[in-house]
Amino acid sequence: MNIQILGAFAAVALLAACSSSETAKPEPVANPVKGIVPGSQEDLVANVGDRIFFDFDKATVKGTGAKTAANMTTLDKQAAWLAQWKQNNVQIAGNADERGTSEYNIALAAKRATASRDYLVAKGVAATRISTISYGKDRPVALGSNEEAWAQNRNAITSVR
Amino acid sequence: MTDLLSMPLRRRGLVAASTALLAAPALWTRPAHAQGTTATGSAVIDVDRARTDPIPVAIPVFVGAGGDTERLGRDIAGVITNNLARSGLFRPIDPAAFIGRTDGGATPNFQNWKAIGAQALVTGKIDSQGGDKVRVEFRLWDVLPGLQIQGTAYTTTLGNWRRIAHIISDVIYERMLGEKGYFDTRVVYIAGSGPRDRRVKRLAIMDQDSENNRFLTDGGFLALTPRFHPTRDQIAFMSYVNDKPRVYLFDLGTGRQQMLGNFPGITLSPRFAPDGNSVIMAQTTASGSDIYLVGLGGGARRLTDSGAIDVSPCFSPDGTQIVFNSDRGGDQQLYVMGADGSGSKRISFGRGRYATPVWSPRGDLIAFTRQSSDTFAIGVMRPDGSGERILSESFFCEAPTWAPNGRVLMFYRETAARDSRGNGYSSRLVSIDIAGFNERAIATPTDASDPAWSPLLQ
Repeated sequence: MNIQILGAFAAVALLAACSSSETAKPEPVANPVKGIVPGSQEDLVANVGDRIFFDFDKATVKGTGAKTAANMTTLDKQAAWLAQWKQNNVQIAGNADERGTSEYNIALAAKRATASRDYLVAKGVAATRISTISYGKDRPVALGSNEEAWAQNRNAITSVR
Repeated sequence: MTDLLSMPLRRRGLVAASTALLAAPALWTRPAHAQGTTATGSAVIDVDRARTDPIPVAIPVFVGAGGDTERLGRDIAGVITNNLARSGLFRPIDPAAFIGRTDGGATPNFQNWKAIGAQALVTGKIDSQGGDKVRVEFRLWDVLPGLQIQGTAYTTTLGNWRRIAHIISDVIYERMLGEKGYFDTRVVYIAGSGPRDRRVKRLAIMDQDSENNRFLTDGGFLALTPRFHPTRDQIAFMSYVNDKPRVYLFDLGTGRQQMLGNFPGITLSPRFAPDGNSVIMAQTTASGSDIYLVGLGGGARRLTDSGAIDVSPCFSPDGTQIVFNSDRGGDQQLYVMGADGSGSKRISFGRGRYATPVWSPRGDLIAFTRQSSDTFAIGVMRPDGSGERILSESFFCEAPTWAPNGRVLMFYRETAARDSRGNGYSSRLVSIDIAGFNERAIATPTDASDPAWSPLLQ
């Protein structure tokens, strides 16, 4: 949900910037959302992507279908962002959907957080900069009881600590 | 803040004295566990028969001697009536139908109780002993042969009247059915409140009949999966205090919690060993989780190392075996292994995923959660995996816990949200007889999950 809202906001901001200039030329936009401090949590969410998504009962970052490309892109951007902002440490929280038992889900979501961390470490981020936690199914981001909500809740979310 | 228990959990010291009461003619004659019909023609019912034909029992108000004792007499009879009715194995007779009267002690006129169909009659009286001390006298009568089958007096304080009512209920259950009851017990559970993305989960405890509810943690951190120590006033549970999810011990006397063991990974799914000296639990690893045995006095031993998710271990009541949940074969199934981690063997082979195995206190069954494509179910199977029976199925249910007599399970059930804001979601405790009948909602002040039934109090 957050991603979509921020995405819409970013698009509006870009259009506004374009229309303010008579001679609009495409230029690289380093910081497309106004008011966001580079290197901040908001920057990570809006311009990098703070989360990846998993298949049901799986903990591999590659996933299947459209998730594969999206997850790889997000994690690669996270690794690059962490290389740029070396003072930032992050926590990766693993989450699971409600279609599983509580204890198993905590172990499964822990595995998701660890898999995300391992990917970033393989991309050169120091392991000491990344902590992990698992919330099982106790911190869902989507509150519905349907496939769409469950897909959003099978995730690993990176946040600045 | 932490709400400490003001009342001692254990029975010791509660009942200052319990005295056997001798009835006029004959007494203590019958072993209650005898089945079928005795020489006197009175029926001693077993549980299987009581399921289809609950025992009709008359429970007149206990006779007071003025003041507080009058109210107490009504309240104690009410709690006993409620306990026996909720078991599904007794049918308390509406007091409006009573013809006979009782003075609480003397041999009743059995004809009057026979006439309204009572098979058992419970009478009692209460005397003040000065101060807040009372003496509660109770007798159980077998109406058809006209015999007293139990008579006991308890001396206690006014404040402990509920415990006395539960203890009497257990005596009636055991004398009539030949098995231990489960009324003088408590349930520890997780109280849930607030929206699910910021859910507050607190440790809570109540009597098995939902009375005396207390919140034990303040909601400042997530609390999950509590379990009772087999003999001490202690609970093992998972706590997210300081954002460090680990297994903790919670002392009911002091309200203090203390991390159990010193593990780098997340620790979860604790259960006490039957001897109460250690806790079996899981620790997450890079590849899943392993099962450890952790001594309360220190020391830890790893029992599994499968490279998969091994979680939710539970000892057999004799302490020789451990049942647990693992996805080592591809998806979640139940496995049994020796107490030292040796010889693990898969026991679940039905359709779907299996989780949260809990060994019956009798040792004869393992209760579990089964997850199919669209539904979750609570069921039981024998420890070798045979004889699987599903007791209850719904959108979501999990986490069975056994009453100490192995006859009743409690679990929790969630309803689906009907919109994207989570409206319609609920989480409630439910109990059910292991024969699959007598399903009942367990009242709690808030949403509830993760119930754990205590042993019989001592």
